[in-house]
Amino acid sequence: MTSEAPLIEARSLAKVFHRRRLFAAGATGLRAVDDLDLAIHRGETLGLVGESGCGKTTTGRLLLRLIEPSAGRVMFDGHDLTSLDASAMRRLRRRMQIVFQDPYGSLNPRMTVGETITEAFIIHGIGDRTERQQRLNRLLDRVRMPRTAASRYPHEFSGGQRQRIGIARALALEPQFIVCDEAVSALDVSVQAQIINLLQDLQQDLGLTYLFISHNLAVVRHISTRIAVMYLGRIVEAAQTDALFAHPEHPYTRALLASVPVTHPSHRGRRLRLEGDLPAATAVVRGCRFAGRCPHVEDRCRSVDPELAPRPGGGLVACHRVADRTLPWSATHP
Amino acid sequence: MRAADTASARDAASGGAPLLEVVGLTTTLVATGASVLEDIAFTVEAGETLCVVGESGSGKSMLALAIMGLLPPAIRIRRGEIRVHGEDLARLSPAEWRARRGRDLAMIFQEPMTALNPVMRAGAQVAEVLRKRRGMTDDAARGEALRLFERVGIPNARARLSAYPHELSGGLRQRVMIAIALAAEARLLLADEPTTALDVTIQAQILDLLNDLRRERGLGLMLITHDLGVVAEMADRVLVLYAGRMAELAPVAALFDRPMHPYTRALLASIPTSEGPRTRLVAIDGAVPAVGAMPQGCRFRPRCPHADARCEAVPPLVAHEPRHHAACWATAPEDRAS
Repeated sequence: MTSEAPLIEARSLAKVFHRRRLFAAGATGLRAVDDLDLAIHRGETLGLVGESGCGKTTTGRLLLRLIEPSAGRVMFDGHDLTSLDASAMRRLRRRMQIVFQDPYGSLNPRMTVGETITEAFIIHGIGDRTERQQRLNRLLDRVRMPRTAASRYPHEFSGGQRQRIGIARALALEPQFIVCDEAVSALDVSVQAQIINLLQDLQQDLGLTYLFISHNLAVVRHISTRIAVMYLGRIVEAAQTDALFAHPEHPYTRALLASVPVTHPSHRGRRLRLEGDLPAATAVVRGCRFAGRCPHVEDRCRSVDPELAPRPGGGLVACHRVADRTLPWSATHP
Repeated sequence: MRAADTASARDAASGGAPLLEVVGLTTTLVATGASVLEDIAFTVEAGETLCVVGESGSGKSMLALAIMGLLPPAIRIRRGEIRVHGEDLARLSPAEWRARRGRDLAMIFQEPMTALNPVMRAGAQVAEVLRKRRGMTDDAARGEALRLFERVGIPNARARLSAYPHELSGGLRQRVMIAIALAAEARLLLADEPTTALDVTIQAQILDLLNDLRRERGLGLMLITHDLGVVAEMADRVLVLYAGRMAELAPVAALFDRPMHPYTRALLASIPTSEGPRTRLVAIDGAVPAVGAMPQGCRFRPRCPHADARCEAVPPLVAHEPRHHAACWATAPEDRAS
């Protein structure tokens, strides 16, 4: 049964960006993604959360091989993406797509909506004029845009409508897997709800698998089957959404959830805050990457890198003190 | 520095008036006369946090700029008063208004980089305010700047005094902005999406800091946000703006428990939450209308599930409870009673 195997899987994936420094000898590597393991199952939405610079966007691009990994492998439906030649990669790429945060920046302002959506048909030699037109109409229906939109230009539409156009383009080649990279982050809340509902309907109707990257934890909680938490290039915890929110194990996950604003004023209360900023990803880190900000740090955390291990209540977590059950539990403190 | 210029003396002189009182404020586009903000009225008391919430196009940032006297040249105040310590700023000359900024009211922005001087050390920017506004000597200003950096929670404060803005993280830059606002001893702080560009753990730190300072110094805080979570976390009272008009003004608990305007209700139903069941979101169809293309009557009418013929006239803001006002024909109390 192939349904048991993940649709997409990252194994020991790494991406180091080398900064060119004009007046300095040697280059500093920025370890955006560092020895990352991740599996996404068919039909699920995996939420990927973490603060800016944690590597979540880089991870999304690596999974689609939009950028080349420095090390490690990406398996897509049994194929090792990292070993494919250009033509094999092009065939496989039809099955995976991305929706960006800023639909305006990712739509060509000089192409009509129709041209933007059907461009992929032409590139991949799909259908004749009539069939392309029919497919275009079906796509516009799917994203609930009027068919008359086809002859208009991106600037004539609102942010929410442009995001629908971006989604229609992503759906054109009938992909199985879509990376949504902050896809609703730039939208106003009333419009954000329209797009979230649309993404959920499309998933239901088309059996799509999503990687949903966002810094907004409430949105991620709403849409995700499972959530992976990233910190400095690594997954520190992954679990089913409800389990993660009910019982976050990793001290970083706890801090992150404790920082989310309350949903009702009666739930206000002083909660312990994480101190300091995210350290630079250029620093060479021994041990746990979170050790510098962790309120529960011990000596071993600074020398031994914790492995992802099964988590109480299902899922995975990378923390020495969770592993040997010496971490004090608190619902409100990291 | 004359004694009459100190904050407490100003309070005494204004005879217990609210820190900020906006009355019937209407702004228009100079070119077309189209209204941007219409008939805005509210107060901010000392020690109070008023959250102004709305989507893009609601006019919430324009409102802050109007109060600061920083409206772009294309927009002007057509009617209304902006009373700070009882004095109507809208009648002042630009130079007089500039003198009030910093002394009476200060503002922090979403992106502090746009407000900080990029080629001036962070500590010097605080010290400059201390010298100019409070007449301090260089030495005294340096010492006070350090104290303020420590107060706003900047780690390694002494070293950070000589950092340039670009050397600081977004969270630290926002703390520097807050230190500058404190340096001038402004009693009224306007914050426009101060945490929107920040990560959630840093946002929590900055919101805590603003709350502490409000309590400790009796600041009036006008916090502009699109995030109802920030509202739930921070507000004493909430002003909901829609397309340049007041939709609802209410104490925070009443707003979340008994929202009276259909727009407020829709807004609350449309946000994903971090707790409770995960039910399908209630989306509001359409989008906020653009300035110059406002519908007649209630501006929410084209998107409102309760709209009827009455809504072709502008709904007045009426009291549902003593401090709870909404502008909607359908939910107005008279209608409920009949």
